[in-house]
Amino acid sequence: MAKKFMYMNTKAPYGTIYALESLEVVLIGAAFEQDVSLAFIDDGVYQLTKGQNTDGIGMKNFSPTYSALGDYDVNKIYVEKESLEERGLTLDDLQHLTWEDEDEDWAEKDSIKLVSRAELADILDDQDVVLSF
Amino acid sequence: MPIEVNGKQLEVDEEGYLANLNDWEPAVAEVMAKAEDVELGEDHWEIINFLREYYEEYQIAPAVRVLTKAVGKKLGKEKGNSKYLYELFPYGPGKQACKYAGLPKPTGCV
Amino acid sequence: MTTLHTVNKSPFSSSALDNCLGLAKNGSTVLLLEDGVYAATAGTKSAEAIANADGVSFAILGPDAQARGIEGKLADGIKVVDYDGFVDLVAEHDKVHAWL
Repeated sequence: MAKKFMYMNTKAPYGTIYALESLEVVLIGAAFEQDVSLAFIDDGVYQLTKGQNTDGIGMKNFSPTYSALGDYDVNKIYVEKESLEERGLTLDDLQHLTWEDEDEDWAEKDSIKLVSRAELADILDDQDVVLSF
Repeated sequence: MPIEVNGKQLEVDEEGYLANLNDWEPAVAEVMAKAEDVELGEDHWEIINFLREYYEEYQIAPAVRVLTKAVGKKLGKEKGNSKYLYELFPYGPGKQACKYAGLPKPTGCV
Repeated sequence: MTTLHTVNKSPFSSSALDNCLGLAKNGSTVLLLEDGVYAATAGTKSAEAIANADGVSFAILGPDAQARGIEGKLADGIKVVDYDGFVDLVAEHDKVHAWL
């Protein structure tokens, strides 16, 4: 029976290794066909910003990989509203992540859902496993 | 042990994957395939090129399941299945085709 | 004695910037780098604190801002420097205080 896995992303990319490690664990974990969700809170919301260009710092830009999550059947991506607002960001500052619904002739659907802190608390409460990065 | 391609010595890791993505050229795939007694035809190249495009866009080598699904969508159902891909790349479409394409081993492959 | 302060932590996850601003004297410079660059994004409390810090100059390391996709969202009055500019700042000040 599939368990509900939640990966909580709380750190900005590049300054520490947490964001990249989380993404790799999510991609590897996707092979186990569990019910996977991702949440981005606090500085974790910075992982999804558009327009990242790492040419100047000699690190791999892994932001394009978030667009592949839909291919891996990871399509429940929650972004906490309060965390975005605190940072002067809106959904428009984030990449537009989508997935294609095989059951509806590959209709493209949004993966990102903006949720309030209270809503996220309920979503977390409902998980079998929560991993924080 | 580096491999020799067009007179150049290219670094590879212990499993034969290119150490440096930018070293890749079509001749790299030919040399790797020859070492494994595989003759690369158009069908092989279609998958190799597909993988290279996927990497260019998403910066990862896709897992086999993802590759199969994506190939099916782009190149048709008769190609988007394990049987077809394993016939082309008997050591595993993920591992073997990614190696020929100069990509790292797919994330999540052991 | 002039000081170059460097802050490499996000203002949302660390008190490094607050501590630095509390102790930076007139004539000193604060360089934001790595995750510290987020402090300079317009519309944040940290950008406000920076705007209110009279007598202190602010600079930000461009490559780190570009990497994080925030180059177009920087608050006014913050000088963007590259690695050479970083070296110049170090040379222009008497000492460097790297906040953690």
